[in-house]
Amino acid sequence: MREFNYYRAGSVRDAAKRLAAGGNAMLLAGGMTLLPALKMRFNQPSELIDLAGINELKGIKLSRKGAHIGAATTHVEVAGNVELRAAVPVLSQVAESIGDPQVRNRGTLGGSVANNDPAADYPAAALGLGATIITNKRKISADNFFVGMFETALNAGEVVTEVLFPLPQRAGYAKFPNPATRYALVGVCVAQFKSGVRVAVTGAGSSVHRLEDFEEALERDFSPGALEGIPVSAANLNDDMHASAEYRAQLVGVMARRAVAMALD
Amino acid sequence: MDVQVSFTLNGKTVSAAASSATLLVDLLRNRFGLTGTHVGCDTSQCGACVVHVDGASVKSCTMLAAQVDGCAVDTIEGLSGDGELHPLQQAFHEHHALQCGFCTPGMIMSAADLLKRNPRPSELEVRDWLEGNMCRCTGYHNIVKAVRAAAGAMGEEGS
Repeated sequence: MREFNYYRAGSVRDAAKRLAAGGNAMLLAGGMTLLPALKMRFNQPSELIDLAGINELKGIKLSRKGAHIGAATTHVEVAGNVELRAAVPVLSQVAESIGDPQVRNRGTLGGSVANNDPAADYPAAALGLGATIITNKRKISADNFFVGMFETALNAGEVVTEVLFPLPQRAGYAKFPNPATRYALVGVCVAQFKSGVRVAVTGAGSSVHRLEDFEEALERDFSPGALEGIPVSAANLNDDMHASAEYRAQLVGVMARRAVAMALD
Repeated sequence: MDVQVSFTLNGKTVSAAASSATLLVDLLRNRFGLTGTHVGCDTSQCGACVVHVDGASVKSCTMLAAQVDGCAVDTIEGLSGDGELHPLQQAFHEHHALQCGFCTPGMIMSAADLLKRNPRPSELEVRDWLEGNMCRCTGYHNIVKAVRAAAGAMGEEGS
């Protein structure tokens, strides 16, 4: 790892100011993705701005709008929050499926959505539940936030402060984990709201995305059987040493049906 | 650049200057001579480097030394303060839960975090928790047995 300037920010405003100051500064949250990337020299920032000391970025709160989760809240905190599990159990299931206990002790919600790894779990939850990503500057709907592989709508100097998840009537997340990394080979989040059904898939393509055919079928009939026979094209799906595109296409249907079954359970 | 870090290490206040890119595991091993914490994969997968930061198990190969400023860090060397083996260490010995021993400190530190959160884990819960700790010698059967035996012994101690 190359050396960099290490700076511990005292507030979101402080972090944003530092980030916007030029150079090649990056934000450090849990570091579970960033630090391995720095070891590989995928990134060589001039400065790391550590968000660990900023209390305003932490915490879980429920309101009529939904579940407000601070960006620096760790996966273990999300998985272990009793009120959250009662209100929106799918979020606890997503959080506890990430990595291993040591990763969950450090990794954060904000880090996961800002990184937008094509196989990460939280992007599927955020897109599947139609979350709003809140930054120090604006509110961005998940539909507009996840732009492409490791790419989001965040601008330079923008810091994710909170994610607001609306509460679904029911929802499920089913994932086929890569046995080595626990990243999703394919993960599908299904959520039913009064206004309709949302289905988001991670791991399958270059970025998390919605499955409109599945959403329409589930709006007519919210059952695993409603998804039988809907074709999933392998074109544009990931094809690598872990799984072929055809296998991932097959998994999309299987994981979606399991996610519906979990939602109904 | 160098960063100055002050933290509590196995109950004692310490401080050190380190390069910004220094990993916590390297600080522990090279500066403080605490070589019980091992570097296995250096990619946060194997768990040989697990220590506790503010009571939670973490992979010290995937934390910067700079990040523990103001924190409490506990390593395998500090697990038992009085020269006796910790119940987990005793149980690993009794159940032959190791072969070469390289993964053992990480296994024990990870299991110690589990037993704090869940004093009587089922076999499945132990296996699930040890997801992030790899043993390349002998498999996990005796490790799981040892963790559950330690849980039993610690339960009796507490009662």
